[in-house]
Amino acid sequence: MHAPDGFLNAGTAVATGAVSLGAVGVALRQTRDVLQDRQIPLAGVAAAFIFAAQMVNFPVAAGTTGHLLGGALAAVLLGPAMGAVVVTVVVVIQALAFADGGLTALGYNILNMAVVTAIGGWAVFVLLRRVMPKTVNGLSLAAGLAAATSVVMSSMAFSIEWLFGATAPVSFAKVFGAMVTVHLLIGIGEGIITALAVRSVLSVRPDLVKGAEGMDLEPAGRKRSLRALTIGGLAVAFVIATVVAQFAVDDPDGLERVATDTGFAESGRDSTLSDTLFSDYATQGLGNEALSLAVAGATGTLITLAVGWGLFAIVRDRRRPARSPV
Amino acid sequence: MGAGHAHALYVHEHSPVHRLPPHVKIVSAVAFVVAVAVTPREALWAFGIDAIALLTVRGVARIPMRFVLARLAVILPFVAFAFVLPFVGEGEKTDVLGISVSEEGLWAMWNILAKATLGAATSILLAATTEVPRLLKGFERLRVPRLLTAIASFMLRYLEVITGELRRMRVAMAARGYSPRWIWQAKPIATSAGALFIRSYERGERIHAAMLARGFTGVMPDLYADTATRRQWLTATALPLLGATLAILGWVLR
Repeated sequence: MHAPDGFLNAGTAVATGAVSLGAVGVALRQTRDVLQDRQIPLAGVAAAFIFAAQMVNFPVAAGTTGHLLGGALAAVLLGPAMGAVVVTVVVVIQALAFADGGLTALGYNILNMAVVTAIGGWAVFVLLRRVMPKTVNGLSLAAGLAAATSVVMSSMAFSIEWLFGATAPVSFAKVFGAMVTVHLLIGIGEGIITALAVRSVLSVRPDLVKGAEGMDLEPAGRKRSLRALTIGGLAVAFVIATVVAQFAVDDPDGLERVATDTGFAESGRDSTLSDTLFSDYATQGLGNEALSLAVAGATGTLITLAVGWGLFAIVRDRRRPARSPV
Repeated sequence: MGAGHAHALYVHEHSPVHRLPPHVKIVSAVAFVVAVAVTPREALWAFGIDAIALLTVRGVARIPMRFVLARLAVILPFVAFAFVLPFVGEGEKTDVLGISVSEEGLWAMWNILAKATLGAATSILLAATTEVPRLLKGFERLRVPRLLTAIASFMLRYLEVITGELRRMRVAMAARGYSPRWIWQAKPIATSAGALFIRSYERGERIHAAMLARGFTGVMPDLYADTATRRQWLTATALPLLGATLAILGWVLR
């Protein structure tokens, strides 16, 4: 995700730079009220923690590895403003001292990795916090789902920037598809790790979790296995794919709309898979529209699961212990 | 450990580049990278001269070539992406070594390769010739909010301590036979991240108490009197000036 110099054009770099500067400025003003000089060492140590957490690499597919972005984790632990500031510091230092990410790419790197993940992740977390049970497990699950969503949001933000500032003749659709697919997988990893990390902090020092402030949490209670969590998450995915998707508006989404309006829709071809069994989220040969959508959605979820599972099974090294993170 | 010993990044030398005040170097490096980024990709010669200029700075600063090359490895993932572009790119095709590739994609590959390499090399040289605490002081002198520089300086001071802690946790897990294969076996990785956070936070609290005990008032003492003379500014602007001239020439001669 640490894009180097020249990855997007100059206009996009300047525009995203302005947005990032504004967002970080607001976050700084908010933190300044709560963060007295006395807490600066704490913020610094938290930044070092996020830096270390970003070294937790997990493989995605041949040659690519994902690492924790940590934006949502930082937001849940430290609050959105402080989280965004801390991750911004991490991204800037990575660019300056470690040459990881270009100096002129700082605008979009900060936007994608610090602002979108911390603030977007926090927004999702707050929404989920309302519906989840007020327990350690409920809150951790909310944090995990928020983290997974934040990674996908980050990849979408990059794709949208690509739409305006592409430096290569690769269509938005291709970049969007590839980025979002890969980051869905990374997001699953990020979500699981974030949920469990938050859970472990909550069970030892709940006072350190900003996202649990003012909540009277029930203790973790009966220990539930990660297997149960995985199955639960899968159930949620199924419900979304088969039931919630029924309510999805059939009108073109924002991008398709823009594409039709500006006339570049014709230039985009349907993929070669467009007349296979489940094209356009419907199952060929099934009359009932709702049923056809549900079958397509459920199959899609299953296939995604199988692919993700398979990838993890393939890339995981069976003999050697977990590689040292540094 | 701690301040001023970030040897992984800094190369101890006594060169004119090392002696330049940090804020001057920061301005120079950022301006140069901006100039490179806006240079048109068709101006191959401009990137060549930019590279020669950076190599000259490297020579004057006596930074080993191997050091720069090894640290350039961070851009490899994007290099891999760049190499895919000629094959997935759309538009007119051209033949290279008998393989049909997208012409536009080829240019895009070159654009990313050239700019990413020059940009990363500039950052590497900046970090190699400037100790991190001074780099942060330089930012303060450039009016970057003190809250940001203070957080960054504490982060860098404790980075090695915390990554060391993480490494020890991983070793301890491996020593107990932890070798995860499935996603539901990832729990120890995650709980160790949680434990790392608590340890880091409690360490932060102790640091703060220790600093108060030693008379910390909220502002770090200024150890370096890095004021820049006019001559130093002139020396340091040579690089971005060259970069800007090449960028303009590139656009004019296109």
